[in-house]
Amino acid sequence: MNAKKVDKFATGVLYGIASIIVLILASLLAFILIRGIPHISWHFLTSPSKTFEAGGGIGIQLFNSFYLLFITMVISIPISLGAGIYLSEYAKKNWVTGIIRTSIEILSSLPSVVVGLFGFLIFVLQAGLGFSIISGALALTFFNLPLLTRNVEESLRAVHFTQREAGLALGLSRWETVIKVVVPEALPGILTGVILGAGRIFGEAAALIYTAGQSAPALDFTNWNPLSISSPLNIFRQAETLAVHIWKVNSEGNMPDGAAVSAGASAVLILAVLLFNFLARFIGKRIHKKMTSA
Amino acid sequence: MEDIRDSLTRKSKKAKLEQIGKGISFLCISFIVLVVIAIFYFVASKGLATFFKDGASVSDFLFGTKWNPSSVSEKGTPLIGALPMITGSFVVTFLSALIATPFAIGAAVFMTEISPKLGTKILQPVIELLVGIPSVVYGFIGLSIIVPAVRSVFGGSGFGILAGTFVLFVMILPTVTSMTVDALKAVPRYYREASLALGATRWQTIYKVVLRAAIPGILTSVVFGMARAFGEALAIQMVIGNAALMPHNLTTPASTLTSVLTMGIGNTIMGTLENNVLWSLALLLLLMSLLFNIVIRMIGKKGAMKA
Repeated sequence: MNAKKVDKFATGVLYGIASIIVLILASLLAFILIRGIPHISWHFLTSPSKTFEAGGGIGIQLFNSFYLLFITMVISIPISLGAGIYLSEYAKKNWVTGIIRTSIEILSSLPSVVVGLFGFLIFVLQAGLGFSIISGALALTFFNLPLLTRNVEESLRAVHFTQREAGLALGLSRWETVIKVVVPEALPGILTGVILGAGRIFGEAAALIYTAGQSAPALDFTNWNPLSISSPLNIFRQAETLAVHIWKVNSEGNMPDGAAVSAGASAVLILAVLLFNFLARFIGKRIHKKMTSA
Repeated sequence: MEDIRDSLTRKSKKAKLEQIGKGISFLCISFIVLVVIAIFYFVASKGLATFFKDGASVSDFLFGTKWNPSSVSEKGTPLIGALPMITGSFVVTFLSALIATPFAIGAAVFMTEISPKLGTKILQPVIELLVGIPSVVYGFIGLSIIVPAVRSVFGGSGFGILAGTFVLFVMILPTVTSMTVDALKAVPRYYREASLALGATRWQTIYKVVLRAAIPGILTSVVFGMARAFGEALAIQMVIGNAALMPHNLTTPASTLTSVLTMGIGNTIMGTLENNVLWSLALLLLLMSLLFNIVIRMIGKKGAMKA
């Protein structure tokens, strides 16, 4: 009788904990969206930010975030693909592989601020790239590589070994089998991982403060020459991203409508991350359906 | 004859392709290893310069309580006591883990044992969403909700360890929860069946069997969460108040290793003591993350031996 009462009580407590967590998320989202969404307008999303006066937007920061994300992915996807292929297809079980796995684990657990400082030291100062998109993208690559590599490896491993045997039996080399049989089969998993990684990169700020810089110089959106300093495509210009902008507005506080701007920018950031999450599920399922039904 | 021998002994096009492919993939993986080595080398060389080049003493750095690197004490040694930040980092990390652990275990038990249906339908997406929220957003929320709340309840400015703890609690909760779920799911089904067959209630089964069997996994997830809390920079920097003083209570401004780093590195000149000592903080952060890694490995090994 007593044990049953305890059981009921404990179940009740567990229900309570679960609902508290749901409540926390609900109130976080409600807070951000209710405070932020009224502030989002076409003007807010497209106009440049202003210091010391109200009415600024986040146009340049928004563009910078997407552009930086794109450059980072261009660098990190091929590398993580190669690394993932090596780990799943070629790596033998020996001490070299052990060291490789340990380094990936260490890299993935490094605080992002340390990765950012390393990028600051190497790219911004020693390589002379200054605060620039390329410095930021390289720092974010380091931040992104371990997770992406692990994701590629797991997706490749999930491919059934008969697929590999079929490829090899047709006389393909191992490399050809991997590229032409295994990777296409693993594509939904890889893509899901890439999109989730994109969400993580999109919101990252600590690694960017000292690599991509904290100011967003005016851009001329009619100038598409990648070498011109005012061109949005130039990868050697400073580029404050949306996440860095939120941090800066809040820690410097010289914007009269700072709270509203950060609420709006946070809402945009969260909506973007939600979108990435949704896309990851949707695209993964879609591709999987397409490939398995064919 | 010569032709045939040649074509048999020479590497075929495919074999060459294979070699190139393997080479490329090995190159990619070595790049990652190289990056890790480079990070350690450069941060260590910068961080150790404080002690070797500027001649500051390690004990001053680790145990000194006065942080003002641009000036010197009466004895002529630079004021580089990092103890306030070290304490700040550890206190917020432990406190947030202390609060987050029961919640995470509770949620994980709920998801695996009590109601898997509600768990996968509601709690799982909720936790994935919480992981996805960027840390600056947490910082902003902390700044606009938690800091004023702490201020109105406890007085003072509201900035401080307590506000930092709450922000970190929400940030590490999803990580710890999802890893604990994995740990609980790894407990074999027949453990539960055996316990229930003996007449134990569900709670007795959970408490006396499932949770105990999953202890190594749960510990790993808590340490993982602590590692994340220790390295978190911006969210904590926004709410902790950034005063490099020894924390005396939970509601006065304090600082952490990461907050001092984010504030300071842009305002100092490369190569000076003021700058080098910041790199020493970064090195400390690096070593701590390494330590967390080692602890996780040790737990993993011990847990594996038992099973």
